[in-house]
Amino acid sequence: MNDRLRTLVDPIVVANPVTLQVLGICSALAVTTSLTTALVMSGALIVVLTLSNGIISLIRKQVPSSIRLIVQITIIASLVIVVDQLLQAYLFEISQRLSVFVSLIVTNCIVLGRAEGFAMKNPPGASLLDGIGNGLGYAVILIAIGTIRELLGAGTLLGVAILPLASEGGWFTPLGLMSLPPSAFFLLGGLVWAVRSVLPEQAEPMRDANDAGPPR
Amino acid sequence: MTELLLRAVFTDNLALAYFLGMCTFLAVSRHLETAFGLGLAMIVVETITVPINNLLFTRLLGPGALSWLGLGEVDLSFLMLIASIGVIAATVQILEMILDRHFPRLYVALGIYLPLITVNCAILGASLFMTERRYTFDESVVYGFGSGLGWALAIWALAALRERIDESHVPTGLRGLGLAFILTGFMSMGFAVFGGLKFG
Amino acid sequence: MPSPAPHTHAVIPIAVASDSPGRTLTVALLVALVCSVVVSVTAVLLKPRQDANRLLARAASMMGMTAVLGSGVPQARFVDLASGAYVERDPGSSQPLPADRDRAGLGRREDVAAVFELRDGGRLRLLILPVRGSGYQSTLKGYLALEPDLNTVAALSFYEHGETPGLGARVEDDAWRALWPGRQLADADGVFRLEVVKGAAKGVHEVDGISGATRTSSGVNRLLHFWLGPDGYGPYLARLRAENPR
Repeated sequence: MNDRLRTLVDPIVVANPVTLQVLGICSALAVTTSLTTALVMSGALIVVLTLSNGIISLIRKQVPSSIRLIVQITIIASLVIVVDQLLQAYLFEISQRLSVFVSLIVTNCIVLGRAEGFAMKNPPGASLLDGIGNGLGYAVILIAIGTIRELLGAGTLLGVAILPLASEGGWFTPLGLMSLPPSAFFLLGGLVWAVRSVLPEQAEPMRDANDAGPPR
Repeated sequence: MTELLLRAVFTDNLALAYFLGMCTFLAVSRHLETAFGLGLAMIVVETITVPINNLLFTRLLGPGALSWLGLGEVDLSFLMLIASIGVIAATVQILEMILDRHFPRLYVALGIYLPLITVNCAILGASLFMTERRYTFDESVVYGFGSGLGWALAIWALAALRERIDESHVPTGLRGLGLAFILTGFMSMGFAVFGGLKFG
Repeated sequence: MPSPAPHTHAVIPIAVASDSPGRTLTVALLVALVCSVVVSVTAVLLKPRQDANRLLARAASMMGMTAVLGSGVPQARFVDLASGAYVERDPGSSQPLPADRDRAGLGRREDVAAVFELRDGGRLRLLILPVRGSGYQSTLKGYLALEPDLNTVAALSFYEHGETPGLGARVEDDAWRALWPGRQLADADGVFRLEVVKGAAKGVHEVDGISGATRTSSGVNRLLHFWLGPDGYGPYLARLRAENPR
């Protein structure tokens, strides 16, 4: 059971897919202008990731090596289309704001990375847990950044006014930068810095002159 | 068209304004040589796939696209996602084979990055934006080229910066990824400046 | 299909089935079949609900017009955009727009549009026109309500868009919507002048811009310019003016 628990919990901080493995960042930055979109996006990713890990793990022994990548992508894409359709049907306004980023879950490195790196080599039970764990790790980052950006950028959280806006008689003038792309980069950089200062084993070593560095 | 090109390269930059292709962007930008190859490969693949996907959408899958078959009410646009990916994967595979067999030197420069590109958010993102904004075929060509070029410029710039910075003494926690994010943030602000330009 | 060169795929120790062509084909077809069925069934089942959502969103925006509608019930009419004449039905056809005429970034424009006229006796009291155009990162869709002089704006409201929350999305703010009633489209010479400007507005032909949302604001300008021009409702408006010379 300890093993199972570690599969679930590790990706949340110790092996966070975003801050340590540099995966899945694209959408992490684009949809974090508000906490609501961050939450919905996290939910969508967790669902897709868990299901795809599970399904791919179930059929892992049947898929010939030459087509395994495209089979994985097909399964993931189908799951994403279904999730997108469901969002358009039941959470229409939010799906409008998420626009193409739900569809981009297909190319989210986390989903493909875990499919190829874990689900293809492990039984379904563990794969499901891995999916949930990594999804939660992703969600933690999105929620952290989404909270900061919405709170400081608009004074609201989940659409509810928290800090009274100066334009409506309060004291808070929103930080316009928080609504713009660069803030997401800065916040994420700061977050990585914080995590790596607390857990220095995650930090990168000083580069020496002989390091030609293979692409990841 | 010029405005579209300039927007695609600068203000609508896929990496710096829409955060697409970040995984490879950050992973490969440590060395200028590898970044150069990846950037080139991006430009080529984008310029090819966006127009093809455009044809797919306007002739086959979009609303009213099948009217030439007399099936004008059919709307298959929900298949656009997987069809685009199919086109991209096929293009990359074919390109790889052609380069490997006929242009070995070019293969060494670009070819190894092609599999990385297949699942790059930026490639798919460009096609999805093209569909959402309903570009024409000509606009798709310009947009494909422009968005690829913009992404390439961004990664070349970041790689050049990181090569220098990696040789300096950077605080432990900030080293590598953390600093790369912050640098990219500044670059993003820089590119956003172009949004203030009035074209024509 | 030739197998890919070895150096392009990492060697991963996983338990895989043999790569015989028969098996490869079977697995590929099976996966494709199952996925297509799942996706298509979902899309077809959910379509009615999605359409309802869109109509609801549109209706909600029309409700935003209740203030100007008062107790009147507008009547929907179909208008052929090229000629400006009334037609009986909407054939659903559309034409591609050449880039130099496509100010609003629409790509295609429908041949027939549905407009809403509020008439009192035979006289026009209010005209509601659906408008749309590209903003910063999405298409803005909304309604423009005009007074009987066909030059004064009664209201402008957007019911669908995907602009940045806190910036472009402020087109939905009551405060910004309140800036539009009373604005005038064209000047005394009939030249279209209405514009969302950067900063504060001066005069009846200007509206305050949304700070930080220049692209969205210019998107609004472009779509208004398009839909009130010769490729939009221009011909229709000309007919209406001829009908009621004032």
